[in-house]
Amino acid sequence: MGEKIMVKGTEAIGEAAIRAGCKVYFGYPITPQSELTEYMSRRMPQEGRVFLQAESEVATVNMMYGASSVGVRVMTSTSSPGFSLMQEGISYMANARLPAVFVDVVRGGPGLGDIQPSQGDYFQVVKGGGHGDYRLPVYSPSSLQEAVELTIHAFDVADKYRTPVVIFADGMLGQMMEPVEFPDPVDPSTLPSKDDWALTGARGRKARYVTSFDIDPYKLEQMNLVLQETYKKIEAEEKKWEEFMTDDAEIIFVAHGTVGRIVKSTVKMAREKGIKAGLFRPISLYPFPYERLAELAEKVDIVMTVEMSAGQMLEDVKLAVMGRAETPFYGRLAGVIPTPAEILEAMMKEIRR
Amino acid sequence: MSEQVKDAILLASMPKALNGKEFTYCPGCHHGIVHRLVAELIDEFGLREKTLLVAPVGCSVFAYEFFDVDGTVAPHGRALAVATGMKRAKPEMFVLTYQGDGDLAAIGTAETIHAANRGERVTTVFINNAVYGMTGGQMAPTTLLGMKTTTSPYGRDPKREGYPIHMMEIMRALPGVAYAERVKVSRPQDVPKAKMAIKKAFYAQLLDVGFGIVEVLSTCPTNWGMDPVEASRWLEENMVKEFPLGVYVDKVTEVMKEKGVK
Repeated sequence: MGEKIMVKGTEAIGEAAIRAGCKVYFGYPITPQSELTEYMSRRMPQEGRVFLQAESEVATVNMMYGASSVGVRVMTSTSSPGFSLMQEGISYMANARLPAVFVDVVRGGPGLGDIQPSQGDYFQVVKGGGHGDYRLPVYSPSSLQEAVELTIHAFDVADKYRTPVVIFADGMLGQMMEPVEFPDPVDPSTLPSKDDWALTGARGRKARYVTSFDIDPYKLEQMNLVLQETYKKIEAEEKKWEEFMTDDAEIIFVAHGTVGRIVKSTVKMAREKGIKAGLFRPISLYPFPYERLAELAEKVDIVMTVEMSAGQMLEDVKLAVMGRAETPFYGRLAGVIPTPAEILEAMMKEIRR
Repeated sequence: MSEQVKDAILLASMPKALNGKEFTYCPGCHHGIVHRLVAELIDEFGLREKTLLVAPVGCSVFAYEFFDVDGTVAPHGRALAVATGMKRAKPEMFVLTYQGDGDLAAIGTAETIHAANRGERVTTVFINNAVYGMTGGQMAPTTLLGMKTTTSPYGRDPKREGYPIHMMEIMRALPGVAYAERVKVSRPQDVPKAKMAIKKAFYAQLLDVGFGIVEVLSTCPTNWGMDPVEASRWLEENMVKEFPLGVYVDKVTEVMKEKGVK
């Protein structure tokens, strides 16, 4: 580990990817993440690695498909409308079992929307925006230090399970500056070999194909079952969350990413008023930490979800709580950021009810 | 062994880059001829262990069933983006896309033009048979004016459906293209010419000159509703008029001369 340095969010994620051994980056400009693409255009050539600006997000995701299929670590970053355009390719990559890291710096929608921070892509990112039975591990950081650690972790998870992985960020995280400590770069020789599946040329072995396709439904079903087995392992091993003042909590907030950070202030304000609030912050949105949230819900009357959306993660919260507690919701839409005070006010209304 | 005997052996034997599986393409379809030419060239260049084949969505989605090289199937139209990703990540590999007209010139037009314009060091074999074959003979971007298909049952009318798109003519406008030629394989004497064209497109990549593409005018007897002989005649009489054969871009021959390559 090195010393702490002040960096911008987009740079923190880009530098983390480089230290994780990302060999190829493809991207297309879109606000509010273009600084990350710009950062990679400067830094990747310095490291002797590949940066290429694609002609569209559709091309980007397919370039990633190609680069991943030959066995290198590959990443892109985009924002909501761009992520929508990538869904077809992500579905192909999921079934072709191609590791890659996608950073979605979520902005207000639907449609062209705006360029302010939002969490309105939860359904698309977490529940799968493309066709077919697939899931993607999704990580939602709430600080730049965490963004660095999760970006590096995302590359490892992608390789371990042979799956695309998403970092769910927002414009707030991308634009903020914070001190960050970067780990030392990964030694590429320590990374797991991909020679057993990657397209390395049919040298001394039979030719092989990386594909999401089989015209025979029974064979395609077998491919699907491999995916489902993989998701079971991911669900068993990769759940991540943070708890803040939940030990004695009587009301529990659930919030992810930057909203989780805002709600921490609300929890402190509530405690000053003598209300024992706590925060459950899912870090992995898939796999969602249902079991632990269910345990916490046993002990409280209210599990209140706060999002920068109309209530998307709320559905996972309800699946976890299963009627053990009330599950009210507070959200701001379209790029409006909720303040700790207005969340507190929303909480007070629920308590009085 | 005389040259003639060698040629006879070459003609009678299966190229190493094909795995020997019988083609499942329709009788009279030109995929089989072009597959074989590509495989022969992979053998002649000794590229089998370095080749990555990107199959498209369309009839040749099954190309990987027949070629004995590593490869993948790209999403519809995206073969040249996938190929770009492969080549940028592993420049030492020989990257080949094999695409039809719907794939390359309709849904994938943006990827095709930009990969060509970047001068990606990849090679494309482009099969133009004027219809969507796999899905049952719908109108393609290259369907001729007046031609009836399952989605242009009254014949392609330029007022309604626009004009057949000419990809080699477009390639001529893109500085990243090192080699572009339109050929056919409908008569025996066309086949060696087509092979030479594909060879030049291989060299565009192998000699680091730029993007190489060969358009092969091809038949689709099944969807044209003709027998193979009729289909070849129809191609000669109609497609060649709309899509003139010839070399559209050649920056390769000069480099071959400079480097003493034959």
